[in-house]
Amino acid sequence: MSEVVERVKRIVVDRLGVDEAEVTLEASFKDDLGADSLDVVELVMELEDEFDMEISDEDAETITTVGEVVNYIQSHT
Amino acid sequence: MFASLEGKKALVTGASRGIGRAIAVALAEAGADVAINYSGSEAAAAETAKAVEAVGRRAIILKANVGKSAEFEAMVKEVVDQFGSIDILVNNAGITRDNLIMRMKEEEFDQVIETNLKGVFNGIKAVTRPMMKQRSGRIINISSVVGVLGNPGQANYVAAKAGVIGLTKSSARELASRGITVNCIAPGFIQTDMTDKLSDEMKESLSSQIPLARLGAAEDIAAAVRFLASGAASYMTGQTVHVDGGMYM
Repeated sequence: MSEVVERVKRIVVDRLGVDEAEVTLEASFKDDLGADSLDVVELVMELEDEFDMEISDEDAETITTVGEVVNYIQSHT
Repeated sequence: MFASLEGKKALVTGASRGIGRAIAVALAEAGADVAINYSGSEAAAAETAKAVEAVGRRAIILKANVGKSAEFEAMVKEVVDQFGSIDILVNNAGITRDNLIMRMKEEEFDQVIETNLKGVFNGIKAVTRPMMKQRSGRIINISSVVGVLGNPGQANYVAAKAGVIGLTKSSARELASRGITVNCIAPGFIQTDMTDKLSDEMKESLSSQIPLARLGAAEDIAAAVRFLASGAASYMTGQTVHVDGGMYM
């Protein structure tokens, strides 16, 4: 569990240039972390590579917070 | 003349003949390795590959129907697998199915839109992922002067080519923040197999509209592509460059 959270956090910090403390499970990529829609697409791409999985466009659209990403990865790997 | 393309990897669609072949060769001369897409004649594509290799660059030949997104995606994956990256995409592949609107069949309209417009979209979509990751990329779409001026007997072709200009602007805006530029070239009346097919009547009427009073050569278009692919054009995006002897100004 915590390992996935750490890896997701590292990617979010790296990609969005935000402070690690801001990346809580409740944080919304667009509303809290300043991501635009292209940033979210890029995040999904990086997560796919990091966790060696495919996230369909339909699923990607439903993911809005850090916690949702973590849950998605845990239930699909 | 222009910045070198040394080490760059390019994919040119419809590169077995005509303008596409001239583009592939010009990019190779500037230093790029070139993937040559074709849909019909493998022998003609092999000729282009020979010309690329003759200037000391790598060439690969890839058969794909650009109008089918899965085929375009597989082709881009193949380029990345073999070349290691994709830096330049030239969406050049195009077909004509000329007819007067009253006589134009639905399939004639659809086929041209699928290859000439959707084919460009498929290409842009397929390279977006690798280019976004590397934070750089050059996409160059080939439109046509008739996409700007209109042309009787070519409603399908003109609609597709005008669409390419809009598609260029939209994708340029979408991808600019990632270091990817998207530009368009609108060739005029260029001496190729495609224009040889036009009726004498149409050729005459087109020629009389060219201020420079001669047909263009495929190399005229290739030179513009080479410029847009180079570092010299790094501050240009969303533009349509008209290489047409002054037909549109």
